[in-house]
Amino acid sequence: MSTPFYVAPEQVMKDRADYARKGIARGRSIISSTYENGIIIVAENSSNTLHKVSEIYDRIGFAGVGRYNEFDSLRIQGIRHADLKGFNYSRYDVDALSLANQYAQILGQTFTNEMKPLEVEILVAEIGETADEADNDQLFHILYDGTVFDRDRFAVLGGDAEAITSRIDDGFEPRLAVGAALKQAQAALAGPDRTLVADDLEVAILDRDHGRRTFRRIVGEELAGLVA
Amino acid sequence: MGDDPGSDFSRLARQSGVITDPAAGEVLDLPHGTTCIALRFDDGVLIAGDRRATSGHLISYRTMQKVFPSDRHSAVAIAGAAGAAIEMVRLFQLQLEHYEKVEGKELSLDGKAAQLSQMLRQNLPAARAGMVVVPLFAGYDLRTNVGRLFQFDISGGRYEELEYGSTGSGSLHASTVLKLGFRAGMDRDTAVDLAIQALYVAADEDSASGLPDFVRNLFPVVSTVTDKGYEQVDDDEIRERSQRLVDELTSRNSTI
Repeated sequence: MSTPFYVAPEQVMKDRADYARKGIARGRSIISSTYENGIIIVAENSSNTLHKVSEIYDRIGFAGVGRYNEFDSLRIQGIRHADLKGFNYSRYDVDALSLANQYAQILGQTFTNEMKPLEVEILVAEIGETADEADNDQLFHILYDGTVFDRDRFAVLGGDAEAITSRIDDGFEPRLAVGAALKQAQAALAGPDRTLVADDLEVAILDRDHGRRTFRRIVGEELAGLVA
Repeated sequence: MGDDPGSDFSRLARQSGVITDPAAGEVLDLPHGTTCIALRFDDGVLIAGDRRATSGHLISYRTMQKVFPSDRHSAVAIAGAAGAAIEMVRLFQLQLEHYEKVEGKELSLDGKAAQLSQMLRQNLPAARAGMVVVPLFAGYDLRTNVGRLFQFDISGGRYEELEYGSTGSGSLHASTVLKLGFRAGMDRDTAVDLAIQALYVAADEDSASGLPDFVRNLFPVVSTVTDKGYEQVDDDEIRERSQRLVDELTSRNSTI
């Protein structure tokens, strides 16, 4: 039997983190922020069918960047967790914090124990029930190693996050009308040298006026109208 | 795939131990819900039910709801053991929502009806223990742009009806009224009146079904499903139409 070479744990973790970051950096980014009636999620995604943004529960949305198969499997696990909890207890008992913790567990465990870390960053967004509870709007940003950030005004996910964050941070306005909030995110995603058109974007909102299930995609003519 | 439940919520819930299948045994005396009907009209389909639940000869519940939206474009009405029926509706609603979220698109109307069949099949052992559930399913088919309705039996048998359907202890009388009053392509108002009349006649003959209750302000639940989705008819409107029916029946008798 051959003895494996000794590698310092610091080095192992660093290599894994580098590997995950490289994988994530290959994909396009996502911005999520509040808008006047809830939360908007804007992803750079030219595919109409392979979604990066999706619905988890009545007031909870999900977004992922990185390897599609990995964040899609996390998305399904999230829906299962939420639907089971809501069925077993009540719809009021499903919340983003518990979901974010669950995700952090999965990502953290995989990062430490598996050969290959998950090459994803995910967002769990939740809106407060009423307009009075707008302060309860929450954006949880979870990294490949299970680190959780509770973002205050906006969250940027993806490889180019630093540059995009600095662009949107400059003059960021919360609670804009949906069109203005979309344009704010669109400009930050594109940067000074590129323009993004409606076909390049995947947009969804958690809209407090949309009944029980608040998640709604903005597509087609509506999206084209808002972006133009 | 093996143990992966995919987009099937019932299976996921069973695997997680949230639902357990009841064993057949002694027949239990449980609250029962009674008459529900569904019929097609020009814009879609209507589905309605009375409000009474009974245990043996006693009324156990006066405000029971037997008609539920199952998703945006379909509805389900239930007759039979109240507890099992309401739980089945809850599971059915979640099953459709779960599928839609996991797969990213709605099930077809036939797919939804098939799901309900499957749940009834799973309920068969419970039905043997007295927890019989017989639903009606109605929805707007977005592929063909028509309203459609389905009747079921306790083993999950599924029968699409082209005009009207009924279930529960008062269904025989209700369906006679529907048979005589049904006209292809009738408008929504006519359909609502016919539904109220059918439930009234059923309750008049069947002790387990409830008449409109003007004292407590309790009326049948009547809902429509059209291309605009599920919509429950306002209680005030049902009260007004019920009153008109009662007035008409009263005047008929006073002239004899």
